[in-house]
Amino acid sequence: MGGDEQTRRSFLATTAGLSLSALISGCRRAPSAEMDEGEELPEVRMPPPPVRGAVRHAGARLVFYAESVGIGAAIDRALAQRFARDTGATVDVVLRPRDATETYASYQRLFQARSADVDVLSLDIVWPGIFAPHLLDLGQTLGALAAAHLEAAIRNDTVQGRLVAMPYFTDFGMLYYRSDLLQKYGYGAPPTTWDELEEMAKAIQSGERARSRAFAGFVWQGKAYEGLTCNALEWIHSHGGGAILEGREPTVKNPRAAQALARFRRFVGTISPIGVTGYEEEDARNVFQGGNAAFMRNWPYAYAAGNTKGSRIEGLFDVAPLPHEPGYESSATLGGWTLGISKYSRFPDAAVAFVGYLCSPEVQRFRALVGGYIPTILAVQNDPDVARALPFLERVRGATLVARPSNQAGARYNEVSIAFYQGVSKALYGTDPEKALEQIERRIRRSLR
Amino acid sequence: MSTTASEAEKQGEVAGIRARRRARVAWAFLSPALIVTAFVALYPLCDTLYLSLTNTRLASEEPPRFVGLSNYVELVHDGFFLDALLLTVLFAVITVMLELALGLGIALLLDARFKGRSAVRAAMLVPWAIPTAVSTQMWKWMYNDVYGVFNDVLVNRLGLVSEPIAFTADPRTSLAAAVLVDVWKTTPFVALLLLAGLQLIPRELYEAARVDGATRLQAFTQITLPLLRPALLVALVFRTLDALRVFDVFYVMFGSRPDMQTLATYAHEILVSISDVGYGSAVSTAIFLVIAVFIVIYVVLFRRREA
Amino acid sequence: MKARAMARRGIFGMAVLSLVVYLVFPFGWALVSSFKTNAELFSTPARFWPEHPTLEHYRHVLANDDFLHAALNSVLVASSVTLVSLAIGALAAFALGRYQFRGRSLVLYVVLSMTLFPQIAVLGALFQLVNALGLYNRLPALTLTYLVFTLPFTIWVLTGFLEAVPVEIEEAAYMDGASPLQLFTKIMLPLAAPGMVTTGLLSFIAAWNELLFALSFTQTPDKRTVTYAILSFSATTSSAFEVPWGQMMAASVLVTMPLVLLALVFQRRIIAGLTAGAVKG
Repeated sequence: MGGDEQTRRSFLATTAGLSLSALISGCRRAPSAEMDEGEELPEVRMPPPPVRGAVRHAGARLVFYAESVGIGAAIDRALAQRFARDTGATVDVVLRPRDATETYASYQRLFQARSADVDVLSLDIVWPGIFAPHLLDLGQTLGALAAAHLEAAIRNDTVQGRLVAMPYFTDFGMLYYRSDLLQKYGYGAPPTTWDELEEMAKAIQSGERARSRAFAGFVWQGKAYEGLTCNALEWIHSHGGGAILEGREPTVKNPRAAQALARFRRFVGTISPIGVTGYEEEDARNVFQGGNAAFMRNWPYAYAAGNTKGSRIEGLFDVAPLPHEPGYESSATLGGWTLGISKYSRFPDAAVAFVGYLCSPEVQRFRALVGGYIPTILAVQNDPDVARALPFLERVRGATLVARPSNQAGARYNEVSIAFYQGVSKALYGTDPEKALEQIERRIRRSLR
Repeated sequence: MSTTASEAEKQGEVAGIRARRRARVAWAFLSPALIVTAFVALYPLCDTLYLSLTNTRLASEEPPRFVGLSNYVELVHDGFFLDALLLTVLFAVITVMLELALGLGIALLLDARFKGRSAVRAAMLVPWAIPTAVSTQMWKWMYNDVYGVFNDVLVNRLGLVSEPIAFTADPRTSLAAAVLVDVWKTTPFVALLLLAGLQLIPRELYEAARVDGATRLQAFTQITLPLLRPALLVALVFRTLDALRVFDVFYVMFGSRPDMQTLATYAHEILVSISDVGYGSAVSTAIFLVIAVFIVIYVVLFRRREA
Repeated sequence: MKARAMARRGIFGMAVLSLVVYLVFPFGWALVSSFKTNAELFSTPARFWPEHPTLEHYRHVLANDDFLHAALNSVLVASSVTLVSLAIGALAAFALGRYQFRGRSLVLYVVLSMTLFPQIAVLGALFQLVNALGLYNRLPALTLTYLVFTLPFTIWVLTGFLEAVPVEIEEAAYMDGASPLQLFTKIMLPLAAPGMVTTGLLSFIAAWNELLFALSFTQTPDKRTVTYAILSFSATTSSAFEVPWGQMMAASVLVTMPLVLLALVFQRRIIAGLTAGAVKG
């Protein structure tokens, strides 16, 4: 591992703990895509940019594991079609399992079998280190393009000197709130502490229940999957309970973490619907966007979606940093996706061209404008149109980024994450938080032994 | 005398040769099946046992090591495993009891002759023929907390409850929701099995009992139950083993929900999601052991009664 | 007296009726739901009968390449498993049903215990085997591994069938100078045909319904079987509703209908096979 591991580690060490502004540059009305209420994907409002300097790849057939839901899925599909049109290659867009943990398992089995059935893969930013041995080195081919991206992001995708993935977009958790409802119930500002959120959510929920029986105070991602790791990491960190691992030692069994879990367990069935323990991002967004929740924890993509024409909450919501316990920091889990190419691909040249296209400044700009995805190229972030499309960046600057422990856990990250969210989920379903945390520690130790 | 003896000997020899030849032919006919069985069942089974003593992982750089019984030691301390074990046994006991009781009732009902009996018997095959993965989805739709038919009936038509119940999400009703699907799916099998057993009971026995002035209840406990014992035992064993390895219903209904893991879904998670083949194999082997424990319990229980 | 008999008949009729409703309601509800428009599906209070029946969901499902692939894959896998296990199983059953030899009861015992075998117990090892053979994400991986549960059952039931063939028939064939292979193909196979239909049906249905191995040994949508495809339906289909229940029910009906029809048409055979497989155990 050596030096590169060192740099990778220092990336997350530097990213984590820094405020958000380290990752983003200045930014203010969202454009975006129509949300279709039917069964089709949302419409992509703008034509995707053409492939610059397109080379013919006729005969190449690429399988692309792409985003599976919402506007992201529609954008990925549109981009694949555009690439196919401009280069003559065929791109089969496979919808990756919506649940990141299942996506991970799919990749792992495909790689284990050295399968040529996938060429281009969407990778969570915590995966490049794990899948590096199976990914193509893009340094020679896409190195110049990589230089345009945020250095921190490129370092994350560089494993042992090999550039194994290219940044697609970056992500972090934020608090969405209904500005109209806050005003209606006499709150001047969004909550800064969890107690405030709990109190506001309770008051708004009991008031709004008269109108809609399904109204919820606060929705988030409570299903047992990678998203819960991201959510719970924010809860625990903002309660002063640390960040799962210290080096290779689990540190979750502490009273602050137990307090955080107890709080969210109390939320279930009070200010959050019982079903929240089965929610993914889209479930939470559907409730919030349907006008049936006062608060939501979600990624930035929900901002653009919520402001589409026809959305019930268009112009009625805003974002803020997630709440924290008094004396601790507002925490936002660092997310985001990168794109990698399988070493077993039969058409590496076409695959490289495709990834080069997807990570180009033109496409980053397009994705920001259409879907609200945060670009990883600084120049694109600073583009006035983009800045106007992502006004929320300014509002969440105060939050502290928390990295998932992918560097400490290395190739075992996924196991650690599963152990963590399974335990957290158990606590949400009623297991005593202390006992759940103890089970998490035991399982993490087993994973890292 | 001696000639006949030697002839007999010779005949015996001929018979021996013929028997040996026949045995060779038999083994030849058996060989494809034996090879396949060895390949897809016996070897993997032994391999699983062996793997459970190692720290093998898929896609791992380091070569697997022999770790003795440490996976099993870990198992005993693994809260997730122990909870899954408890849930699986609970599920097995509840469903098997319900299925036997309900199956017996249905079998008795169908033992009577009536018009349309064969149509009803055909209807019995409907739940059985539908893939469990699919029927679980159908039930999930009926259980839906907002649009499901159960909540519709309970809340809107009967007014029995004021708030819709999230059957599959609420921890208080989740197990019952899974039990109902399994009972619906497999009771017909139990009923058909018991019906076949019932139809083997000679009708004259009931006639005789009636002549002797026995009540229906007496006829049931004195004749039906004892004679149905073999079929009941078979149903009991089959259903128990099936219930202990339950996978589809829980996987489809609850996915990765940690408080609703059975032994099989937990093993699947460790083997497939985590690729910890060593530990996962230990979980798989544990399922085997649990099943073995149940078989021993049944053998002991029914031997004693037999004596 | 007459009133009591009437009452008894009434109760009996009610019992039978509720039994039938209980058995077919979930399927029936899926069927009814699959013809409802989204507006009707997602409305409260629910309507029991579709006011504006629509084939919309079926159109969507049948236009879905992944679903069509899955249906074809299931047909391919289930029929190939059935054929292979019938061929191998009949040979083995002939040996077990018509020959006495040392080790016979051991073989029968192994076969029986395999029918009770938890699939999960060999999952890890089979996964490595499938990889070693380069069959991961290939349909033959399923054909091969499904034999774990179809073959023992096939052997068990067919052995019973062949045991029942009168010994005179066999002797007559040998008198005519038939070889064991001729005896098998010319005499025994035709006699076992009804048993082959039964076990073939049961194997086909078992393979069609399998989930665990399909989930573990295939991956891309073009290699999935129907059970896996239906499961991933909600995981990947994008929709304003959490789960596209209408399409899901239409797909469920489509993959279930052939089985239900098979089961109804061959109900006698299937019931005989199910109970024979078990009662002898």
